Amino acid sequence: MIDALVAPLQFEFGVRALLAAALVGLVCAVVGSYMVLRGLSFMGDAISHAAFPGVVMAYLFGGSLYLGGAIAAVATALGIGWISRRARLRSDAIIGVLFAGMFGLGVAIYSAIPNYVGDLFGFLFGDVLGIGLGDLIGLAILGGLVILVIWALWKEFLFATFDPLGAGASGLNVNRLDYLFLGLIALTIVVSIQAVGIILVVAMLTTPAATAQLLTARFGRLMAIAIAIGIGSGIAGIYVSFWLNLASGASIVLIQTAIFFLALALGPRRGLLRRHPARSAAEGT
Amino acid sequence: MIDPRAADARVAADPTAEPIPADPTAEPIPADPAAPDPHDHPHPAEHAHPPGRELPAYGTGHELRHAAHHAAVVLSEVTAGYDERAALTDITVAVATGTLLAVFGPNGGGKSTFLKVIAGLLKPWSGHVHVLGAEPGREARRVAYVPQAEQVDWEFPVSVWDVVVMGRYPRIGMFRRPGAADRRAVADALELVGMADHAQTQIGRLSGGQRRRAFLARALAADPDLYLLDEPVTGVDPTTQEDLMRILEAETRRGKTVIATTHDLAAAAEHFEDVLALNRTVIAHGRSDLVLDRDVLSRTYGGHLLVLGGEPLLVDDAHHHDQAPGREQHFHDGTHR
Repeated sequence: MIDALVAPLQFEFGVRALLAAALVGLVCAVVGSYMVLRGLSFMGDAISHAAFPGVVMAYLFGGSLYLGGAIAAVATALGIGWISRRARLRSDAIIGVLFAGMFGLGVAIYSAIPNYVGDLFGFLFGDVLGIGLGDLIGLAILGGLVILVIWALWKEFLFATFDPLGAGASGLNVNRLDYLFLGLIALTIVVSIQAVGIILVVAMLTTPAATAQLLTARFGRLMAIAIAIGIGSGIAGIYVSFWLNLASGASIVLIQTAIFFLALALGPRRGLLRRHPARSAAEGT
Repeated sequence: MIDPRAADARVAADPTAEPIPADPTAEPIPADPAAPDPHDHPHPAEHAHPPGRELPAYGTGHELRHAAHHAAVVLSEVTAGYDERAALTDITVAVATGTLLAVFGPNGGGKSTFLKVIAGLLKPWSGHVHVLGAEPGREARRVAYVPQAEQVDWEFPVSVWDVVVMGRYPRIGMFRRPGAADRRAVADALELVGMADHAQTQIGRLSGGQRRRAFLARALAADPDLYLLDEPVTGVDPTTQEDLMRILEAETRRGKTVIATTHDLAAAAEHFEDVLALNRTVIAHGRSDLVLDRDVLSRTYGGHLLVLGGEPLLVDDAHHHDQAPGREQHFHDGTHR
């Protein structure tokens, strides 16, 4: 048992992978806590797919994958926000249009590269075991930046999320906070792509926070639980991936999904086993 | 933007909206704007006066009491709406400092829009608005806005305390955490509305009346000069209604201005000294015992009015009152810690 736990640590790539997965779990949980409460899960999915053409372009021209992905993701996030302020369309329709369009663009560019199959799997599904030291440092810096911004503005984000009208009337610039938050989602997604890939990153954002929502009725605790699930599942997922030789991103996400269903079945707050008169028992503490 | 709740913010960003001049004295504001027909209203509404100008000595004692202060809110020929639909047309009205004003009218009559324009959440298409002597939003920290109950996500993971302390956020400022003074203000506000025992309760588990108390506590904790309350006493029990009105009356005696919407005519007549009848435009504005006559009511509500024995009785077709859906139980702290 001890051997099994120590085994990945004997390799440098194993240590890097564990650190990266824990960091991604942390950053995604923090941002995801607000994202879920804002009803932006679909938005997160869209932004991650929109990063694809940026990553492909960076790959093609030998630039930084982070930078390429970040530019495409942030541009799309702001574009969705901008269009939904102007066009008389529901925002989910606008998200659907841009998300598919950007992903299609990425696929088109990628398919133009000769022998293109090679790294596609890594982009789409993540390859945290192959993360380099430079990538890990980049992840730590960008992830740290996201955490810092949320730490500085957590109560403003909370007010604007809970009651945008009341927050706006009291002088908060809700529009600016909305754009800033979209930018943070985009940044979080870009730093997470290496670990879990474009397709699965939305789970890293959504699942820990959604699980925590089943377990508590207080925002501070929600975020703490989400962080615990995010970091814990990140580390556990690397081990599972190492032991069973499974894709790392999929391992992490499956562990999170399992925890979610466990909480759904057993959770006191909105769990399936809860009976209505017993609602008071453990809720709201 | 993405969230449908933010629909108004989208409109507020409309670059085509007219800018509002910074100088409040630039535009002369017509007096007694509220009465379209002077014969209907022998006692005129609050006379508008631009802030910073000498006040004429006129009117009854009631008016003098208000005239001793500058107007808290002045709207001049304001038209506002959403997308291409105007919700308010040509609104000219002045609300004196220290007034307890009920804005009443049918659903879709523009009550909430009126509040949002004053709060700076919605830029008017045309006209001028002055709030506490400045353009809307400029004095935001002196304004507390309480949204309608049905616009609140009651499943949101916050406690009553968490909600009330939000009233302190603008004072605390960015990057900082609530301090001892903020905690004291929250505790005082909760005490005042009788919710001290529910500080740690998640908001979704409150009754309809407790929910309104919690949000009024948030406004009180902000210690604003202007309260903008969207349907604060709609669908709540009589005790809560009495309690909340008593608190608001006390606030006006401290020189605070309270503007509250209601589509409950009885509440407006009973609890508010001043009323503003709104149906897309101003129907009447003045003291409730003088303004609320049959003619004003029928013009405010159209045909949906029944007059019984001289006393008008409102037949409102709107019944979307704030009902705490299916969970009116009250839970007390300590039983579930």
